[in-house]
Amino acid sequence: MRAALFPGLRGQGAFADRVAAIAIKTSAFLAIISLILIFVFIGKEALPLLTSAEVQAEASLSRLFLPQSPRPGTATEYTWQPISETPKYSLMPLFAGTLKVTIIAVLIAVPLAVAAALYTSEFAPPWVRETIKPCIEILAGIPSVVIGFFCLMVIAGWLHDAFGWTYRLNALTAGIGLSLAVIPIVYTVSEDAFSAVPQAFREGSVAMGASMWQTASRVVLPAAMPGILAACVLGFGRAIGETMIVLMASGNAAVLSWSPVDSVRTFSATIAAELGEVVQASPHYHVLFFLGAFLFVMTFTINLAGRWFVNRLQKKLQGAA
Amino acid sequence: MRIERTIWPFLAGIALLAAAGCGGPGTGEQHKPVTIKGSDTMVILAQRWAETYMKEHPGFVIQVTGGGSGTGIAALINGGTDICNASRPMKDSEKKLVKARHGKDVQEIPVALDGVAIYVHQSSPVRSLTTAQLKGIYTGRITDWRDVGGADGRIVPYSRENNSGTYVFFKEHVLANEDFAREIQTLPGTAAVVNAVSKDPASIGYGGAAYAQGIREVPIRRDDTSEPVAPSLQTVQSGQYPLSRSLFFYTTGAPAGNVKAFIDWALGPEGQKICEEVGYYPIIKK
Repeated sequence: MRAALFPGLRGQGAFADRVAAIAIKTSAFLAIISLILIFVFIGKEALPLLTSAEVQAEASLSRLFLPQSPRPGTATEYTWQPISETPKYSLMPLFAGTLKVTIIAVLIAVPLAVAAALYTSEFAPPWVRETIKPCIEILAGIPSVVIGFFCLMVIAGWLHDAFGWTYRLNALTAGIGLSLAVIPIVYTVSEDAFSAVPQAFREGSVAMGASMWQTASRVVLPAAMPGILAACVLGFGRAIGETMIVLMASGNAAVLSWSPVDSVRTFSATIAAELGEVVQASPHYHVLFFLGAFLFVMTFTINLAGRWFVNRLQKKLQGAA
Repeated sequence: MRIERTIWPFLAGIALLAAAGCGGPGTGEQHKPVTIKGSDTMVILAQRWAETYMKEHPGFVIQVTGGGSGTGIAALINGGTDICNASRPMKDSEKKLVKARHGKDVQEIPVALDGVAIYVHQSSPVRSLTTAQLKGIYTGRITDWRDVGGADGRIVPYSRENNSGTYVFFKEHVLANEDFAREIQTLPGTAAVVNAVSKDPASIGYGGAAYAQGIREVPIRRDDTSEPVAPSLQTVQSGQYPLSRSLFFYTTGAPAGNVKAFIDWALGPEGQKICEEVGYYPIIKK
């Protein structure tokens, strides 16, 4: 292209172009290759759960997913207790804990973030928008360990003083901390979705005599709906993999219950807490990698779904506009 | 006070690689590397000793590896290590094996003391606890403060993460290897446990000696009839405090040469100061 436009640049310029193209292509493929390698590595370390008889004797899939009785004759239960004379590796308390915290975080973050995005994109005067938007985006830059620490030291204390729950560190406390990490993502993606709604939609609506609120709630919001869904899904993906906040603020007891104010132990916190000192190639080690693979597949699928929603929104609006 | 143990095995590994790299030929004075193997609890302590000692004695190489007290003792029996570090005393049967293999008696050298403190909120009315009560609390058989001399209300126990040496010590010595109850909350690091206990009057936690505001260390009684003992340098050194143990070095025969020089240094003022820095108590100085 460039050589055709500028015939004088043929030769050296074309060569530099090619080198640059190759460099950029390589770095793009490196990202894909490292993604594949990470997955292969995690998968390889998790695989003995399915193949090695020695590992299965302690941690077979049925032990991971079905209730087990700790001693013959006692009632069956789901227990995560890897350091024990008879190690117990039930994933159910961890799975339930992960979902509990994540859902709480999303339930708190989504209404707040979507409302904030609707306000800044539809109602706020420019100077307000220019203040709020960067502030929320800065929130995304706060290291999660700082949020976790804040949650542990401050939020947990407030909630405990106000409500007096038995456990000061619990799923709700961690979920509130986690929502601080989720809000910027949901806000940014929703705000993009609202901005992507063509101006003609609003003009048309106002021309029909609709108020600003009617335009925002009945025209802009429905048009941006796939984008909002994408925001929720991406926020969910962020929350499910987040480690430090839950490690610090959730209490980390692997309890299987419905109560949002019980302590919970999540997948990510379990890996962070236990992988450091686990005996290599022990069943416990392979189970932790299995958790990692599980988490990886989950976040990967969730992010893929999120991207799909975003693409659909773009197509729909382009088609409509 | 006790430094987080998660990261140390990695650092130990890196230091080991570095030591192997620097210790090659050409460093002038040649020393045969001294190997230390055994207790994971003591890896951090042994590593700190080794680092400082190697810095002060260039050309001297000490390799520290963990794997557990059992691994270290097995290595000593097989002649695979110069020093075995163990957080439990060696059994007579194991000592006999060493004697049979090598014709020399095992030398037992206590090098440091380890004591686990029990914390409660400063406002807690509980004045002392027996080890049996602690076991009940952490296995979930005792759930109300009323049963151990406190006010009515649910006990909220905090524990360390299961990668911690303190967790293992507590499990072995207090729970007699029974499982912790599922409701026990685990926190990363003694500091986090201390903080959590200081914020909640219904809670109890354990960890290294700590001097934080808002918490109190509870004196422990060995059984119903014995006197409560608070953890202190004195009570840990005399063995009166129930939740304490000695940490040992074992060698085949009396240590000699490089090994002796290192052990003497570790037992000296500098070595014992490091042992306090790492969060243990120094052994009695005679």
